[in-house]
Amino acid sequence: MAKERKAFSNLMKAIERGEFVYTGELEPHRSIDLSDVKDWATTLKNTGKIIAANVTDNPRSDSAISSLVAAYIVQRDTGLETVYQLRTADRNRLALLSDILGAAALGLRNILALTGDHTKIGTTPAAKPVFDFDSAHLVALIHNLVYEGKDLDGNEVHGPKPEINVGVAGNPNMDPLEAEVLKLERKAEVGADFVQTQVIFDVEVARRFLKAVEHIGIPVLIGIFPPRSYGQASFFDKYVPGVTVPEEFLEAFKKFKEIEDKERRKEKINEYNVEYFVNFIKEVKKEKACAGIHIMAVGYPDVIGPIIEGVEK
Amino acid sequence: MIITKEKPVEEILSYIEPYKSVLVVGCDGCVQPPRGLREAEKLASMIEMARKAKGQEVKVAATTVTRQCCIEGLRNQINVDGYEAVVSMACGIGVQVLTMVFPEVQTFPAQNTVFIGYEEKREGNMYEACVACGDCMLGYTGGICPVARCAKSLMNGPCGGCVEGKCEVEVEIRDWKGEVVEVVKNDCAWYLIFNRLKEIGRLDLYRMYRPPKNWALATGPRRL
Repeated sequence: MAKERKAFSNLMKAIERGEFVYTGELEPHRSIDLSDVKDWATTLKNTGKIIAANVTDNPRSDSAISSLVAAYIVQRDTGLETVYQLRTADRNRLALLSDILGAAALGLRNILALTGDHTKIGTTPAAKPVFDFDSAHLVALIHNLVYEGKDLDGNEVHGPKPEINVGVAGNPNMDPLEAEVLKLERKAEVGADFVQTQVIFDVEVARRFLKAVEHIGIPVLIGIFPPRSYGQASFFDKYVPGVTVPEEFLEAFKKFKEIEDKERRKEKINEYNVEYFVNFIKEVKKEKACAGIHIMAVGYPDVIGPIIEGVEK
Repeated sequence: MIITKEKPVEEILSYIEPYKSVLVVGCDGCVQPPRGLREAEKLASMIEMARKAKGQEVKVAATTVTRQCCIEGLRNQINVDGYEAVVSMACGIGVQVLTMVFPEVQTFPAQNTVFIGYEEKREGNMYEACVACGDCMLGYTGGICPVARCAKSLMNGPCGGCVEGKCEVEVEIRDWKGEVVEVVKNDCAWYLIFNRLKEIGRLDLYRMYRPPKNWALATGPRRL
């Protein structure tokens, strides 16, 4: 069902070689100072296992520096490949085309095509939201530019065609799941190369999703977020749409909260995260559709290396 | 029907402050809640009382027409001679057509035009359901419009903001003063579409890729 695809990015090439890949996440702020973002990118790169990192675009409609610029600067200065997140909430089809060509000209090779949260829930709720395209249209536009050298109106791109792989978001927590599966079929039909999912804690949810989308033939990176505290874990459970954290996980973190010695508490949390997510990844890795893991925990370097090493052991 | 809300009376009074004679014109057309003769008379007496209280003399009268959006009808049905200002109880179209037909007087709006919609019951909640996009896609979406009823007007929804069938975007229900009386979450239009198409055995319509919308058809001002 998925369209024939070429691999342009390191990420896509590794997936095509059958490697189990890991991606990370970078969240630039409403600032022109990208030093902390670059530091985190360097940490991710130094694990030696993270092949690329997503650069978020106005997440939660909280305004931030251009993700195109941040993705370029990070890739240039740290050598870590970036996945440029691009949302249709803020740009019409002309602006999207401009940014896609701009990204390709700057040497970016991955775009994650997103619709994006509604502007009304963000920092600037009075903004006029765009939504001229949705994420499926953005995928179709990128695919047309890459393979036909034309936009969706048939306007030709002069010179070489852009070389970009396009990813999409998947929502394993969608109820009913059938609605999400059909939606992914739709996105694959118009040219999506890979999927990165929302955060999942429950291995059963991940497994159910991977089985349900296997027939599409699209590689899936399962999203995880090792929490640093009970507060973070219960935040996901309570406030992140559709995400449930298993009871035993929350119980364990509740107990860690009671440990008074800060270092000791941190150590326990790290140990638990490593054990939990190593087992989680080993399980989801067995599924044919699972091509890798997308680690969303920003600024929590202590566990990323050990988790990956634990899986590979 | 076109849903409108009454403007605060202070705003209407401020528009007509310089004028000594005012005609309030209702509309018996599609504007909802009704803004016919009864409502026009009510507004006229409010204006009269407010001006009297300030010791400012004013001549106010009320009338209504079949539809304020018809130029010919307006010409035949009302006469603004002897008035310095007109207050329209209709939608934004009515205000503009009155201005066109009677350029010699200034017409002011008494209503905020909110949306095209339907109502639960008489004097119940009003719901937006059509944005007059010019390219109706209801045939592909189980008779539920994602252009009007999805906060993002998605062609290929639902998005990740659909949780338990509800939209991530909260909407404020406001009273006639514009004050928020309740904050609610709407049903996710694409959740409704999925369920409807599943119910009638047409998930093929849900599964299909719908290309980008031709917004040129909705670029105004439009003419037919």
